[in-house]
Amino acid sequence: MKTKIFPILLIIIISVIFVIFYKGLQNSNVYEPQIGNQKNIPVFVAKAFETEEIFKSEDIFEGDKFYLMNIWSSWCAPCRDEHKFLLNLSNQKNLKIVGLNYKDKKKNAINFLDELSNPYDFIFSDTDGTIAIEWGAYGVPESFLVYENKIIKKIIGPIDQNSLLEIKELIQ
Amino acid sequence: MRSLKFFIVILIIFNFNLVHAKTKNLDEKITKNLRCLICQGQSVHDSDSEFAISLKTLVKKKLNEGDSEEEIYNYLKDKYGEWILYDPGFSKNTYFLWLLPLLMFLIGGAIILKLFIYKKN
Repeated sequence: MKTKIFPILLIIIISVIFVIFYKGLQNSNVYEPQIGNQKNIPVFVAKAFETEEIFKSEDIFEGDKFYLMNIWSSWCAPCRDEHKFLLNLSNQKNLKIVGLNYKDKKKNAINFLDELSNPYDFIFSDTDGTIAIEWGAYGVPESFLVYENKIIKKIIGPIDQNSLLEIKELIQ
Repeated sequence: MRSLKFFIVILIIFNFNLVHAKTKNLDEKITKNLRCLICQGQSVHDSDSEFAISLKTLVKKKLNEGDSEEEIYNYLKDKYGEWILYDPGFSKNTYFLWLLPLLMFLIGGAIILKLFIYKKN
Protein backbone atom coordinates (compact mmCIF):
# COMPACT_ATOMS: atom_id res chain seq x y z
CA MET A 1 0.00 0.00 0.00
CA LYS A 2 2.77 2.36 0.98
CA THR A 3 4.54 1.86 -2.30
CA LYS A 4 1.44 2.78 -4.29
CA ILE A 5 0.58 6.02 -2.51
CA PHE A 6 4.00 7.45 -3.04
CA PRO A 7 4.19 7.36 -6.88
CA ILE A 8 0.64 8.66 -7.16
CA LEU A 9 1.43 11.57 -4.86
CA LEU A 10 4.58 12.30 -6.81
CA ILE A 11 2.73 12.34 -10.12
CA ILE A 12 0.06 14.65 -8.74
CA ILE A 13 2.60 17.07 -7.35
CA ILE A 14 4.68 17.08 -10.53
CA SER A 15 1.63 17.65 -12.71
CA VAL A 16 0.48 20.52 -10.50
CA ILE A 17 3.92 22.10 -10.77
CA PHE A 18 3.91 21.51 -14.53
CA VAL A 19 0.53 23.18 -14.99
CA ILE A 20 1.51 26.19 -12.94
CA PHE A 21 4.83 26.65 -14.72
CA TYR A 22 3.13 26.12 -18.08
CA LYS A 23 0.65 28.85 -17.24
CA GLY A 24 3.53 31.00 -16.07
CA LEU A 25 5.14 30.70 -19.50
CA GLN A 26 2.36 32.79 -20.94
CA ASN A 27 2.89 35.62 -18.49
CA SER A 28 5.06 38.35 -19.88
CA ASN A 29 8.24 38.96 -17.94
CA VAL A 30 8.94 42.24 -19.64
CA TYR A 31 7.62 45.39 -18.06
CA GLU A 32 4.53 46.57 -19.83
CA PRO A 33 3.23 49.89 -18.63
CA GLN A 34 -0.47 49.81 -17.93
CA ILE A 35 -2.09 51.68 -20.74
CA GLY A 36 -5.78 52.34 -20.91
CA ASN A 37 -6.86 52.45 -17.30
CA GLN A 38 -7.94 55.94 -16.47
CA LYS A 39 -5.98 57.26 -13.55
CA ASN A 40 -6.26 60.62 -11.91
CA ILE A 41 -3.42 62.95 -12.70
CA PRO A 42 -1.00 63.43 -9.82
CA VAL A 43 -1.07 66.53 -7.67
CA PHE A 44 2.33 68.15 -7.69
CA VAL A 45 4.13 71.42 -7.23
CA ALA A 46 6.76 72.44 -9.75
CA LYS A 47 8.72 75.36 -11.07
CA ALA A 48 7.68 77.02 -14.28
CA PHE A 49 10.37 76.64 -16.91
CA GLU A 50 10.68 80.27 -17.98
CA THR A 51 9.91 82.30 -14.89
CA GLU A 52 10.92 79.73 -12.24
CA GLU A 53 7.79 80.64 -10.33
CA ILE A 54 6.23 77.82 -8.37
CA PHE A 55 2.99 76.44 -9.75
CA LYS A 56 0.58 73.84 -8.47
CA SER A 57 -0.72 71.27 -10.90
CA GLU A 58 -4.32 72.34 -10.29
CA ASP A 59 -3.49 75.87 -11.43
CA ILE A 60 -2.67 74.52 -14.87
CA PHE A 61 -5.01 71.58 -15.42
CA GLU A 62 -8.62 72.67 -15.60
CA GLY A 63 -11.45 70.18 -15.63
CA ASP A 64 -13.22 70.57 -18.91
CA LYS A 65 -10.31 70.95 -21.30
CA PHE A 66 -8.00 68.59 -23.10
CA TYR A 67 -4.34 68.73 -22.18
CA LEU A 68 -1.37 66.93 -23.60
CA MET A 69 1.31 66.52 -20.99
CA ASN A 70 4.55 65.91 -22.84
CA ILE A 71 7.78 64.97 -21.10
CA TRP A 72 10.74 66.16 -23.14
CA SER A 73 14.36 67.06 -22.95
CA SER A 74 16.87 68.72 -25.25
CA TRP A 75 19.27 65.78 -24.95
CA CYS A 76 16.70 63.26 -26.06
CA ALA A 77 16.91 62.41 -29.76
CA PRO A 78 13.40 60.92 -30.17
CA CYS A 79 12.02 64.21 -28.76
CA ARG A 80 13.40 65.89 -31.84
CA ASP A 81 11.52 63.44 -34.05
CA GLU A 82 8.20 63.95 -32.33
CA HIS A 83 8.52 67.73 -32.29
CA LYS A 84 6.86 68.25 -35.66
CA PHE A 85 3.83 66.30 -34.44
CA LEU A 86 3.64 68.46 -31.33
CA LEU A 87 3.77 71.55 -33.53
CA ASN A 88 0.95 70.10 -35.58
CA LEU A 89 -1.09 69.47 -32.42
CA SER A 90 -0.43 72.97 -31.12
CA ASN A 91 -2.70 74.25 -33.92
CA GLN A 92 -5.63 72.40 -32.37
CA LYS A 93 -7.82 74.96 -30.62
CA ASN A 94 -9.28 72.66 -27.98
CA LEU A 95 -5.98 71.15 -26.88
CA LYS A 96 -3.37 72.71 -24.65
CA ILE A 97 0.10 71.26 -24.65
CA VAL A 98 1.90 71.25 -21.33
CA GLY A 99 5.57 70.39 -21.36
CA LEU A 100 7.65 68.86 -18.61
CA ASN A 101 11.30 69.61 -19.18
CA TYR A 102 13.02 66.51 -17.83
CA LYS A 103 16.50 66.75 -16.29
CA ASP A 104 17.70 69.40 -18.67
CA LYS A 105 19.96 72.41 -18.68
CA LYS A 106 17.87 75.50 -19.15
CA LYS A 107 20.20 76.94 -21.75
CA ASN A 108 20.11 73.81 -23.90
CA ALA A 109 16.35 73.60 -23.58
CA ILE A 110 15.92 77.20 -24.72
CA ASN A 111 18.20 76.55 -27.69
CA PHE A 112 16.16 73.47 -28.54
CA LEU A 113 12.93 75.49 -28.54
CA ASP A 114 14.50 78.36 -30.51
CA GLU A 115 15.70 75.96 -33.14
CA LEU A 116 12.53 73.90 -33.54
CA SER A 117 9.99 76.50 -32.24
CA ASN A 118 7.83 76.14 -29.19
CA PRO A 119 4.61 74.11 -29.29
CA TYR A 120 3.95 74.34 -25.56
CA ASP A 121 1.35 76.51 -23.85
CA PHE A 122 3.08 76.00 -20.53
CA ILE A 123 6.26 74.29 -19.44
CA PHE A 124 7.12 72.87 -16.04
CA SER A 125 10.70 72.09 -15.23
CA ASP A 126 11.67 68.87 -13.53
CA THR A 127 15.34 69.07 -12.66
CA ASP A 128 15.62 65.87 -10.62
CA GLY A 129 13.09 63.72 -12.47
CA THR A 130 10.78 63.19 -9.52
CA ILE A 131 7.74 64.78 -11.14
CA ALA A 132 8.02 62.39 -14.07
CA ILE A 133 7.83 59.57 -11.52
CA GLU A 134 4.70 61.12 -10.01
CA TRP A 135 3.19 60.71 -13.47
CA GLY A 136 4.32 57.11 -13.63
CA ALA A 137 6.61 57.84 -16.54
CA TYR A 138 9.77 55.90 -17.05
CA GLY A 139 11.68 57.85 -19.62
CA VAL A 140 11.61 60.54 -22.24
CA PRO A 141 9.66 61.17 -24.37
CA GLU A 142 6.33 60.24 -22.93
CA SER A 143 2.94 61.92 -23.37
CA PHE A 144 -0.31 61.84 -21.47
CA LEU A 145 -3.64 63.02 -22.81
CA VAL A 146 -5.59 64.51 -19.93
CA TYR A 147 -9.30 65.28 -19.69
CA GLU A 148 -11.22 66.14 -16.53
CA ASN A 149 -8.08 65.50 -14.48
CA LYS A 150 -7.86 61.93 -15.75
CA ILE A 151 -5.24 60.40 -17.99
CA ILE A 152 -7.24 59.13 -20.92
CA LYS A 153 -4.30 58.11 -23.07
CA LYS A 154 -0.67 57.41 -22.47
CA ILE A 155 1.90 57.42 -25.26
CA ILE A 156 5.22 55.89 -24.39
CA GLY A 157 8.02 56.93 -26.66
CA PRO A 158 7.75 59.55 -29.37
CA ILE A 159 4.45 60.59 -30.88
CA ASP A 160 4.12 59.31 -34.45
CA GLN A 161 1.63 59.69 -37.26
CA ASN A 162 -0.69 57.05 -35.80
CA SER A 163 -0.78 58.45 -32.30
CA LEU A 164 -1.24 61.94 -33.76
CA LEU A 165 -4.40 60.80 -35.55
CA GLU A 166 -5.58 58.97 -32.43
CA ILE A 167 -5.17 62.09 -30.31
CA LYS A 168 -7.01 64.19 -32.88
CA GLU A 169 -9.84 61.69 -32.87
CA LEU A 170 -10.02 61.61 -29.08
CA ILE A 171 -10.26 65.37 -28.70
CA GLN A 172 -13.07 65.77 -31.21
CA MET B 1 31.26 61.34 38.19
CA ARG B 2 33.41 62.82 35.48
CA SER B 3 33.88 59.51 33.85
CA LEU B 4 30.13 58.98 33.97
CA LYS B 5 29.52 62.24 32.10
CA PHE B 6 32.17 61.30 29.61
CA PHE B 7 30.53 57.94 29.17
CA ILE B 8 27.11 59.52 28.59
CA VAL B 9 28.50 61.91 25.98
CA ILE B 10 30.17 59.05 24.16
CA LEU B 11 26.93 57.09 24.33
CA ILE B 12 24.94 59.97 22.82
CA ILE B 13 27.42 60.39 20.01
CA PHE B 14 27.25 56.73 19.17
CA ASN B 15 23.48 56.80 19.25
CA PHE B 16 23.41 59.66 16.77
CA ASN B 17 25.54 57.56 14.48
CA LEU B 18 23.14 54.71 14.90
CA VAL B 19 20.16 56.84 13.93
CA HIS B 20 21.91 58.03 10.83
CA ALA B 21 23.06 54.57 9.85
CA LYS B 22 19.53 53.28 10.16
CA THR B 23 18.01 55.78 7.73
CA LYS B 24 20.87 55.27 5.31
CA ASN B 25 20.33 51.55 5.36
CA LEU B 26 16.60 51.94 4.94
CA ASP B 27 16.83 53.85 1.68
CA GLU B 28 19.39 51.34 0.43
CA LYS B 29 17.10 48.53 1.45
CA ILE B 30 14.17 50.08 -0.40
CA THR B 31 16.04 50.86 -3.60
CA LYS B 32 17.54 47.36 -3.64
CA ASN B 33 14.03 45.98 -3.62
CA LEU B 34 12.94 48.10 -6.59
CA ARG B 35 13.30 46.85 -10.13
CA CYS B 36 14.75 49.34 -12.55
CA LEU B 37 12.10 49.31 -15.24
CA ILE B 38 14.21 50.49 -18.14
CA CYS B 39 17.31 48.44 -17.37
CA GLN B 40 15.82 45.10 -16.49
CA GLY B 41 17.82 42.66 -14.46
CA GLN B 42 19.15 45.41 -12.26
CA SER B 43 17.79 46.94 -9.11
CA VAL B 44 17.30 50.67 -8.83
CA HIS B 45 20.12 50.71 -6.31
CA ASP B 46 22.62 49.23 -8.76
CA SER B 47 21.56 51.21 -11.79
CA ASP B 48 22.76 54.60 -12.89
CA SER B 49 20.10 55.23 -15.51
CA GLU B 50 18.21 58.52 -15.39
CA PHE B 51 15.11 56.71 -14.21
CA ALA B 52 16.94 55.01 -11.35
CA ILE B 53 18.68 58.19 -10.25
CA SER B 54 15.34 60.00 -10.07
CA LEU B 55 13.79 57.13 -8.18
CA LYS B 56 16.62 57.15 -5.65
CA THR B 57 16.12 60.88 -5.12
CA LEU B 58 12.40 60.33 -4.71
CA VAL B 59 12.85 57.57 -2.13
CA LYS B 60 15.18 59.80 -0.11
CA LYS B 61 12.70 62.66 -0.36
CA LYS B 62 9.83 60.48 0.80
CA LEU B 63 11.85 59.13 3.72
CA ASN B 64 12.71 62.67 4.78
CA GLU B 65 9.02 63.54 4.64
CA GLY B 66 8.47 60.73 7.11
CA ASP B 67 6.92 58.09 4.87
CA SER B 68 7.37 54.49 5.93
CA GLU B 69 8.85 51.76 3.78
CA GLU B 70 5.41 50.29 3.24
CA GLU B 71 3.96 53.63 2.13
CA ILE B 72 6.72 54.09 -0.43
CA TYR B 73 6.14 50.60 -1.86
CA ASN B 74 2.41 51.23 -2.08
CA TYR B 75 2.98 54.57 -3.74
CA LEU B 76 5.24 53.08 -6.40
CA LYS B 77 2.99 50.06 -6.84
CA ASP B 78 0.16 52.44 -7.60
CA LYS B 79 2.25 54.22 -10.24
CA TYR B 80 4.04 51.32 -11.90
CA GLY B 81 2.33 48.14 -10.75
CA GLU B 82 3.52 45.17 -8.70
CA TRP B 83 6.30 44.52 -11.21
CA ILE B 84 8.47 47.24 -9.72
CA LEU B 85 8.89 45.28 -6.49
CA TYR B 86 11.46 42.49 -6.35
CA ASP B 87 9.79 41.17 -3.24
CA PRO B 88 6.14 40.86 -4.21
CA GLY B 89 3.39 40.57 -1.65
CA PHE B 90 1.35 37.45 -1.02
CA SER B 91 -1.45 37.49 -3.60
CA LYS B 92 -3.25 35.07 -5.87
CA ASN B 93 -0.56 35.51 -8.50
CA THR B 94 2.32 34.86 -6.16
CA TYR B 95 1.06 32.28 -3.67
CA PHE B 96 2.78 29.49 -5.55
CA LEU B 97 6.04 31.40 -5.53
CA TRP B 98 5.86 31.69 -1.78
CA LEU B 99 4.74 28.13 -1.16
CA LEU B 100 7.16 26.51 -3.61
CA PRO B 101 10.12 26.27 -1.20
CA LEU B 102 7.89 24.72 1.42
CA LEU B 103 6.54 22.28 -1.13
CA MET B 104 10.04 21.39 -2.28
CA PHE B 105 11.05 20.81 1.30
CA LEU B 106 8.11 18.48 1.86
CA ILE B 107 8.75 16.51 -1.33
CA GLY B 108 12.44 16.26 -0.55
CA GLY B 109 11.65 15.16 2.98
CA ALA B 110 9.26 12.52 1.67
CA ILE B 111 11.89 11.17 -0.73
CA ILE B 112 14.50 10.97 1.99
CA LEU B 113 12.02 9.31 4.31
CA LYS B 114 11.17 6.74 1.69
CA LEU B 115 14.73 5.98 0.65
CA PHE B 116 16.34 5.71 4.03
CA ILE B 117 13.76 4.92 6.61
CA TYR B 118 11.17 2.74 4.91
CA LYS B 119 13.86 0.76 3.12
CA LYS B 120 15.28 -0.41 6.41
CA ASN B 121 11.99 -1.90 7.51
